[in-house]
Amino acid sequence: MNIPHIPPMKSSKLGEDGFLQVLDVSKQFGKVTVVDKVSLSIRRQEFFALLGSSGCGKSTLLRIMAGLETPTSGRIVLDGQDITDIPAHRRPVNMMFQSYALFPHMDVASNVGYGLRREGVAKAQIRERVDEALALVQMGGYAASMPAQLSGGQQQRVALARSLVKRPKLLLLDEPMSALDKKIRQQTQFELGSILQKVGVTCLMVTHDQEEAMTMADRLAVMSEGVIVQMGTPEHVYEAPNTRFSAEFIGSTNVFTGMLASDGGDVLDCHELVRPLQLPHALVHARKGQSVTVSVRPERIRLSWPQGADSRDDSQVFNTAEGVVEQIGYMGSYTLYYLRLPSGRVLMAHVPREVLAGFGREPDYGDTVALHWSVRSLVVVG
Amino acid sequence: MTGPTPSTWRFPGLPGGRTWAIAIPFVFLLVFFMLPFLLVLKISFAQSAMHVPPYTALLQYQDQQLSFLLSLESYITIFSDDIYFSAYASSVKVAFFTTLVCLVVGYPAAWLIASARPGLRELLLMGVVLPFWTSYLVRIYAWVGILKDQGLANRLLLWSGVTDTPVQLMHNTTGLYMGMVYSYLPYMVLPLYAFLVKMDRSLPEAARDLGAQPWEVFFTVTLPLSLPGITAGCLLVFIPSVGEYVIPELLGSASDLMIGRVMWSDFFNSIAWPLAAAATGVMVALLLVPMVWFQRVQSRTGAVA
Repeated sequence: MNIPHIPPMKSSKLGEDGFLQVLDVSKQFGKVTVVDKVSLSIRRQEFFALLGSSGCGKSTLLRIMAGLETPTSGRIVLDGQDITDIPAHRRPVNMMFQSYALFPHMDVASNVGYGLRREGVAKAQIRERVDEALALVQMGGYAASMPAQLSGGQQQRVALARSLVKRPKLLLLDEPMSALDKKIRQQTQFELGSILQKVGVTCLMVTHDQEEAMTMADRLAVMSEGVIVQMGTPEHVYEAPNTRFSAEFIGSTNVFTGMLASDGGDVLDCHELVRPLQLPHALVHARKGQSVTVSVRPERIRLSWPQGADSRDDSQVFNTAEGVVEQIGYMGSYTLYYLRLPSGRVLMAHVPREVLAGFGREPDYGDTVALHWSVRSLVVVG
Repeated sequence: MTGPTPSTWRFPGLPGGRTWAIAIPFVFLLVFFMLPFLLVLKISFAQSAMHVPPYTALLQYQDQQLSFLLSLESYITIFSDDIYFSAYASSVKVAFFTTLVCLVVGYPAAWLIASARPGLRELLLMGVVLPFWTSYLVRIYAWVGILKDQGLANRLLLWSGVTDTPVQLMHNTTGLYMGMVYSYLPYMVLPLYAFLVKMDRSLPEAARDLGAQPWEVFFTVTLPLSLPGITAGCLLVFIPSVGEYVIPELLGSASDLMIGRVMWSDFFNSIAWPLAAAATGVMVALLLVPMVWFQRVQSRTGAVA
């Protein structure tokens, strides 16, 4: 999978921590716990993403923030104010719905001005603010259009204008790209991101698309079965996943499970590999024979032609294996190899094009190649 | 995807499947709906006669002469005799209030069914449809059993002490409306339900999110969006209500003279077929007004959606 370039940390623009505090929020439907004691703290002007597969509770959590769902327990504090018991229509929170939820019987201007009319804002002022919001999303010429006449991307921008026009303290984005064609998503992500940065609103986004979360968010939380598995910057979660779930959810990875060779040791016996795995650090509190899971990203695995017996012993620095090329995928800037180990296990390796250029002959189907990856690229995930 | 889609597939020289699909119901309506109606129209321009059938022919061939006799007598009677005007007025009035009560009762019911959880929803819908499994006439007779002086309703009222003498619940306006609303409620609930259940639930939620009070959500979003369903339901109730015969006959009072009863007595008591036929023609013309209006509303909302 293509991991896009991680934008530089924008933390300098962020305001104080704890602007939005989610404290031990749980939600049960009948006997099913959908959100299980989730706590979050989001900074002012931060763009925070909740990432997880469908049914993990992220959408319910978002609806709780909007007031469309009541939490079974827990509190939500926004800008120092406990908003848990404030009904949806009085919260300084607005949401951009997954389907955009534009009112089909109102034109664009009436859609955007809807929230202001409910507040009783003067007519002239409504027009001014609607124009301003439409200009912000570059939809100025469409005030009189009906939603059905707009393209998906235009509808999304109108929905964004409608959710920003009331100047909410918190903007909720529910899968903002899912209704768009894959082709225009990347461009839209960029545009949406820059509009939101210009406005400086605090955002909480829900998505199942890790690319979307990583491009747009300052920080993200990986959710699974109602709990937050890991939280951090996209870079942190990608480079140092704390569980097998977040390692596999964010990007693609190779996971090995083996038994620790000695008490507090740093070597793993893995039946899928011929040689024991050297860990980056000793597991001081672990016992011999304990099951340990490690992850190594496909781009960390290097390929070379097998060298024979003369290779020097660098097992402290590299883990090595041999595999047969089973599948090759040309991905543009790199080539994806599926390699079958003698144990039958298949590993993924991403090899940059410029590295392949140095191979003389590119490894082809059925070729046996040597695999090695730096000990430091291994992450213990369980 | 390439290649012809099934809808464009056809035998050479024969019209396509789509034409057939439209032609079959079209022919059915033509033969069993339009033709009988044209016959009725034809009779309305004839004159009553004491033979079988009890009306004169429009075309006559007598003495080597073909004559075409178009009589407007029946229509003149209808527009000059007050009884027809008051019967039409009373029919429209009863149909109007029946529709209104059905809407007020049926909208919340349809909304409740549409927002019920899936399992319960089918059960509630079944409850609406279930009466159709019994003959309409039997159900109206069942209401006689409920509403008569010694009926279920009165015994309940007497037993609970609300009253010590039976209350007259039928052969008056109360009975008429009870029967009408009961019979026509499903025709209001079902189209409304169909519209409400497919309405995007995120629309009222978005309204709430943007600061609308619950009543504002209803009047600015839910109600306008269910307007086509309301129109459909109202027409489905109003149109057959106007010509209703059985309910006013069995549950209404003698003074509730609706057009259906006038037609019946013209047809069976006075054997005045042309008059009954003309009354029908005028009623259909009357009902065409709301129907045409509905068509226009539908095409307008269709253009938006």
